[in-house]
Amino acid sequence: MAARNVMKGKTGDWLAVIGLEIHAQIASHSKLFSGSKVKFMAPPNQLVSFFDAALPGTLPVLNKYCVEASILTALALSCRINKKSLFDRKHYFYADMPAGYQITQQRKPIASNGHLLFNVYDDVKREKPRRHRVNIKQIQLEQDSGKSLHDDEKQQTLVDLNRAGVGLMELVTEPDMSNGKEAAAFVQELQTILERIGTCNGKMAEGALRVDANISVNKPGEPHGVRTEVKNINSVRFVKNAIEYEIRRQIDVLESGGTVVMETRSLDDTGCTIPMRDKEVVQDYRFMPEPNLPPLVLYDDTTINSTICQEKAINVDTLRRRMPELPEDQRQRLTEDYGITYSNAVKLVNEEGLADLFEQLCTASSRKETKRLMNWCLIDILKCLHQRNLTVKQSPIPVEKLSDIFSSLQSGEISAKSAQKLLELLFDGDSRSVSEIMDVENLRQITSEEEVLKFCTEAVNEEPDLVEVYQSRNKKVINKLMGIVQVKSKGRIEPQLARRIMEELLERRRRR
Amino acid sequence: MQCQRVSTTLACFICRRNMFTSRRSYSQDEKLHKSIPAKPTWQDVDRSTLSKRGVVDDATIELLERLSLVNFNNQAGVKTLMDAVALADTLQVVDTTDVVPMDSVLEDRDLNLREDIITDGNCKEDVMRNAALTFEDYFVAPPGNIPLETKPASRYRDPDEEDQDKR
Repeated sequence: MAARNVMKGKTGDWLAVIGLEIHAQIASHSKLFSGSKVKFMAPPNQLVSFFDAALPGTLPVLNKYCVEASILTALALSCRINKKSLFDRKHYFYADMPAGYQITQQRKPIASNGHLLFNVYDDVKREKPRRHRVNIKQIQLEQDSGKSLHDDEKQQTLVDLNRAGVGLMELVTEPDMSNGKEAAAFVQELQTILERIGTCNGKMAEGALRVDANISVNKPGEPHGVRTEVKNINSVRFVKNAIEYEIRRQIDVLESGGTVVMETRSLDDTGCTIPMRDKEVVQDYRFMPEPNLPPLVLYDDTTINSTICQEKAINVDTLRRRMPELPEDQRQRLTEDYGITYSNAVKLVNEEGLADLFEQLCTASSRKETKRLMNWCLIDILKCLHQRNLTVKQSPIPVEKLSDIFSSLQSGEISAKSAQKLLELLFDGDSRSVSEIMDVENLRQITSEEEVLKFCTEAVNEEPDLVEVYQSRNKKVINKLMGIVQVKSKGRIEPQLARRIMEELLERRRRR
Repeated sequence: MQCQRVSTTLACFICRRNMFTSRRSYSQDEKLHKSIPAKPTWQDVDRSTLSKRGVVDDATIELLERLSLVNFNNQAGVKTLMDAVALADTLQVVDTTDVVPMDSVLEDRDLNLREDIITDGNCKEDVMRNAALTFEDYFVAPPGNIPLETKPASRYRDPDEEDQDKR
């Protein structure tokens, strides 16, 4: 067992075993079994149909897109698609589940036996990632419950059913993780994949992706210990912290002679796990087949002709062909096709849309300075986006204009600072063409040495004290003079050129 | 078996036994469907051969009341439950080796799929109309599940029965 897995306790070494249950909200327009709208943050009980409120006389009708979304997700995770899956009722009483049961797929889920390979960065510097594999036990379709707001003061719960009935994909992993970092890395890669294939927006803060962790510890060589379930994890950072806290807590309990209780725990604001209140001791869900829904049958290229209703039938192979390029495949391809490092490819792919933008700009650019372009994308463009809280898709600048800026930068027509200024202006809504802005704002580089000398001379004349310091003691004050020159020239002089001219000027002055 | 419509003649008297056993009248050509047996085929099940799988003890009754929120109310209710379990136990005589369980008569129907368009919702007033208590467009519920009062199931027992068990 590799050293990274072993945790040091007072009485010796410990190993941790972690499995995850992830609920991903399907990014559909309407709910899983009814035609109500799916929307985060809407006036309470506005998006509720009679079926969602479990009023008698209503029946479930399955949403085709929700099925397609689970199939796409299952294919992206290399799962086996079950051509026939079944729906069941899971019974328990809670105010935010008006029917008294949840429709889920307990006996035969839509997909099973998949896996995910992802990168784990064990060292702080994040230079060399390690590949880790987690097997996926199954993926099933199920209904979400409504939302409960607890008012402890008035001793009541306010229930909003907007979320009741929204489609969820429940992903159950095998217990293949051994620390918080691996679990967090898994969730992060899953988020990226789901966002890429468009089946879930992955926003944990909005509750679109909810992670429950099952954690146990044991001494090396001994069987798995008693496990606890930690719910309410709503960020990738908390996935790591909550798991690490719980592992430590269990080790402490066992080392002081106690036993770990099999229970459900919740996460508080400080990252500590606390026992969850109001969980009945005996929980029997009384699973039964959902009597209102026949089995869900899926087809592929070989069987699609056997069904009478071909337009309504779902063909798994058609969906397989529709699959976009997955993040890891894109990372590998970027390193191969463009010669950039893997860690830079990771950064490009992490920001949804940035890698595509990079590729488009590469194609448009005549000179193949891929590394420079990559840095421009990762640093300059990304900074502008983040400052304005925009995603790449929301960027107001068309690709052609970005390409114009970059080619001017490449040719030396403008300096890096001017390029930055151009970006800022365009991001803020300036709709003029790039060359027009360059003309009007006087952004083109000053390349004539005479002109540069003029600015340098001005600076030197204004600051005789600095010149004195430079000549006698400290060469570093040249940077201050450079600063003045840049301000005077509005950043239009290429730094190396300015520095050379300045040094020559100061040398001439010294010799006088 | 054929039975003909008869008028009130002596022949009717002879046919009466036939009439009572099949009350419908059949024309000459109609026969019973092949899956309907000609004679009753059920047999009594010898209870002693069954294994006691469905044991209904006090703990089970309390659990069932808590899970289903059905109050068994009185001794007759509990007896009904026990009879139901005993009846279900007789299924054990059926040989189900290699038979795939059927859990829905819809099993060979196509599952109807709906297009992902918004056709519902936006009827907040209707949905909330029957609620006992609401507050600013929210349903109001107690803070958590109210634990069921656990009355011991032994209150259902007949005093005589208890003595029987003790012997």
